[in-house]
Amino acid sequence: MKTITNYIRSLFLFELLKGLSITGGYFFSRKFTLQYPEQKAPVSPRFRGLHALRRYPNGEERCIACKLCEAVCPALAITIEAEPREDGSRRTTRYDIDLFKCIYCGFCEESCPVDSIVETRIYEYHFENRGEQIMTKQMLLDIGDKYEEQLADDRAAQANVR
Amino acid sequence: MTEDQTFTIEVDGQQLEARPGQMLIEVTDAAGINVPRFCYHKHLSVAANCRMCLVEVEKAPKPLPACATPVMNGMKVFTRSPLAREAQKGTMEFLLINHPLDCPICDQGGECELQDVAMGYGGDISRFTERKRVVRDEDIGSLIATDMTRCIHCTRCVRFGGEIAGLRELGATGRGEHLRIGLYIEHAVASELSGNVIDLCPVGALTAKPSAYQARSWELSEYDGVAPHDGLGSNLHLHVRRNRLMRVVPRENEDVNQTWISDRDRFSYQGLYSDDRLQRPMLRENGKLREADWQEALMAAARALKDASGARIGALISPSATLEEHYLATRLLRALGSNNIDHRLRQGDFRGDAADPALPWLGQRIADFSNNQATLLVGSWLRKDQPMLNHRVRQSQIDGALVMAINPVAYDFNYELDVDIVCIPSAMTKELAGVAAALGVDTLGIEAVPDPAHHGIADSLKSAAQGTVLLGNAATMHPDFSLLRALASGIAAAAGVTLGFVGSGSNDCGAWMAGAVPHRDTGGKAIAPPGLDAAAMLEQPLDLYLTFGVEPEMDVAEPARMAAALGAAQLLAIGSHTSPWLLEHADILLPAAAYAETSGTFVNIEGNAQSFRGVAAPPGETRPGWKILRVLGNLVGLDGFDYAESTEVRDEVLAACADLAPDNRIGDLQDRKPKSAPGEWERVGGVPIYAVDALSRRAHALQLTPDAWGGELRLNTAAAAALDLGEAAAVRVAQGEGSAEFEVRIDDAVPDGCIWLPTAVPGSEALGAAFGPVAVEKA
Repeated sequence: MKTITNYIRSLFLFELLKGLSITGGYFFSRKFTLQYPEQKAPVSPRFRGLHALRRYPNGEERCIACKLCEAVCPALAITIEAEPREDGSRRTTRYDIDLFKCIYCGFCEESCPVDSIVETRIYEYHFENRGEQIMTKQMLLDIGDKYEEQLADDRAAQANVR
Repeated sequence: MTEDQTFTIEVDGQQLEARPGQMLIEVTDAAGINVPRFCYHKHLSVAANCRMCLVEVEKAPKPLPACATPVMNGMKVFTRSPLAREAQKGTMEFLLINHPLDCPICDQGGECELQDVAMGYGGDISRFTERKRVVRDEDIGSLIATDMTRCIHCTRCVRFGGEIAGLRELGATGRGEHLRIGLYIEHAVASELSGNVIDLCPVGALTAKPSAYQARSWELSEYDGVAPHDGLGSNLHLHVRRNRLMRVVPRENEDVNQTWISDRDRFSYQGLYSDDRLQRPMLRENGKLREADWQEALMAAARALKDASGARIGALISPSATLEEHYLATRLLRALGSNNIDHRLRQGDFRGDAADPALPWLGQRIADFSNNQATLLVGSWLRKDQPMLNHRVRQSQIDGALVMAINPVAYDFNYELDVDIVCIPSAMTKELAGVAAALGVDTLGIEAVPDPAHHGIADSLKSAAQGTVLLGNAATMHPDFSLLRALASGIAAAAGVTLGFVGSGSNDCGAWMAGAVPHRDTGGKAIAPPGLDAAAMLEQPLDLYLTFGVEPEMDVAEPARMAAALGAAQLLAIGSHTSPWLLEHADILLPAAAYAETSGTFVNIEGNAQSFRGVAAPPGETRPGWKILRVLGNLVGLDGFDYAESTEVRDEVLAACADLAPDNRIGDLQDRKPKSAPGEWERVGGVPIYAVDALSRRAHALQLTPDAWGGELRLNTAAAAALDLGEAAAVRVAQGEGSAEFEVRIDDAVPDGCIWLPTAVPGSEALGAAFGPVAVEKA
């Protein structure tokens, strides 16, 4: 019985027509080509783009130099130097991310106990000179300051699944 | 049942041999069975207060602590049974109640015993929702950072203070949740072994301050090393991150340092990263020093060595240089036709050279010190000079031994001396002769009538089955060292105890083996006629001096005269650090790698050669010292300077010393006339614990401790009254042609008619020898 059904299906090119019906469906439906860069695709709050270092609302940097991100980074892209700050707290004196090495896996963000290092939604950036791919602590903090509102919203939106 | 009988116990089904009196945890540790613990430490007493090591013992109604349960014949123990696991998990939960869990900012994170044990034995979630306790921190000095909220009250640090350091400084007050570990009165801990509590603390309550927050344990590579400051050669683990030495911790060696090291060995690494490291070779041209490249500097050095006539060259080499460096320097000098080489830079008296043994040493193994029944210290502040050796002496005293001393100052020991003779330096020979007379041996013509104290010392030494007479650094620096040595030798022989020298650097024995002395060549072969010793090189100025690892204004017996002699001649200085004096006077400066940056060998004071590798990157153009000497040998045109590795040099020296056994037999002394004469004021010198070498003098954290010299001159109440001086008054000291000003500190440990003013400290470079007459006046 099964042999007969298969024979009839192949004789009338049933599988072919089934495939073509999907192609045809798309052919006649509304197009969604984006005119990038004028138009941009929506980005998920989980998007893992350029990194940033965040601050607390009172302006204090979050990073406590625990070096877990440095330890977890599979590409060894993060370099941290730390020492006691004048007030005795544990702080970084250097926090570099080499974007050539970074594979945007998000482990650093996941390992951070204080939500300091995060990956933003930014995916458009380029380098023109050798050495520019090193993001220093100040650059990362500046990005964090600029996008803090969105970063905080994204973390809040994801709070129940993190 | 006697001690040497053994029986078997069963642990987790495994049959284990045990001796009566052992605690269960010792047996499981020996068998490699892991029992979690916090308060137990094999070199400390058993406290059994953390309760983490609870195990199930058959027929016992409750789980028992393995650290405080003596083994019994046929005992059956289960370390991982449901009952034991339940007990361990419960203990862990209680311990974590008040622990802040601030691991991300805690320096102990990653090497924390609490983290490890919580991981292995704790629960998955916390049921604790109440408030946690917070404890105020105390500032306990520049070496140890505290965060007492993290403390889990294991009391290891408290027991360490009482049992090992001999200072009950940290203590526990309050009970239950209100228990606090702290100093009774807030001040800096004044122990030369205090850093060990950092290793002992199982959590992050006590951590190292100098390396605070700078490295995580997982970033550090651990290498073996040997301590560079005292003759013991304590075994170290060097923790290196990105080619930089970040911290130093002890490496266990029961024969040398057990599980401890002194603070000097632990924190001196800071000196490696001081601002005044010599980084590039320098040459003096038209009176001005300029940087040069190696090629040029080495050629200039070789030319200077070749141009000088052989016998007009002198070499002063640090007693803490490596065996390889001593050997190559010796060979270089002798090949150039000079025997003027010496490492005994601080020795005060060379009249006994002809009577010198071939290889002076400690006289017995370091470990044997714990079993001595009597120890006589002659001119030694052993506690600060050789902290780990002092620990052994202290152990022996706890076991009932007598410790006696003849010292120029009532030095502060961390145990009570049974006999403590304190006399002015010029009377030390007389006091020692008193002991000799009490034993009926030759007093070298010194008139001495033994008093009860002398008889006491003599009798204790004589009745001891094992004992030692130890000549310390103050004795070595004494102007009558040869007499003190001859007397001590006679006393030791008559009493049937050993005679020992503690040495002044990390490689005294190595220097003797390599032949870095004017009267003996490599392997202890005598040289006749001998060259000039360190003092004679002053008396008879030479044309060219080579210094290796020496700061001439600090590291020598008579800094002012030495500096003048070296300044007047051509000076080729090889070393790791610059100093204002060197920058002003040296003609050629070659940067040599310091400890941890060069491979080499230290022969410790018991004659044990310990080699190490270079593990940290030296700064700038710095090269290992042995390579500099090797290339100098090549450039001067000497044969046999083609070593590729430092191990080749070491093997050659050790082969040459195959027949050389440590030996303390002193020959007959010719010149027996005491050199030291009582003056109106006598200086008592000595090197402060953190001023012994270039590295420790530059270790910032050590210089902030109470043990560091703070610019003071000590004298007793009577002396202060005689000079009309009060505490902190300014006082001017003149010795020889120089004079300097200091601040008065009244200290009744100093005998009458003496001032206690150390050498190797700022201000002392203008003065003369550590012991001798000085003029003192109110400034």
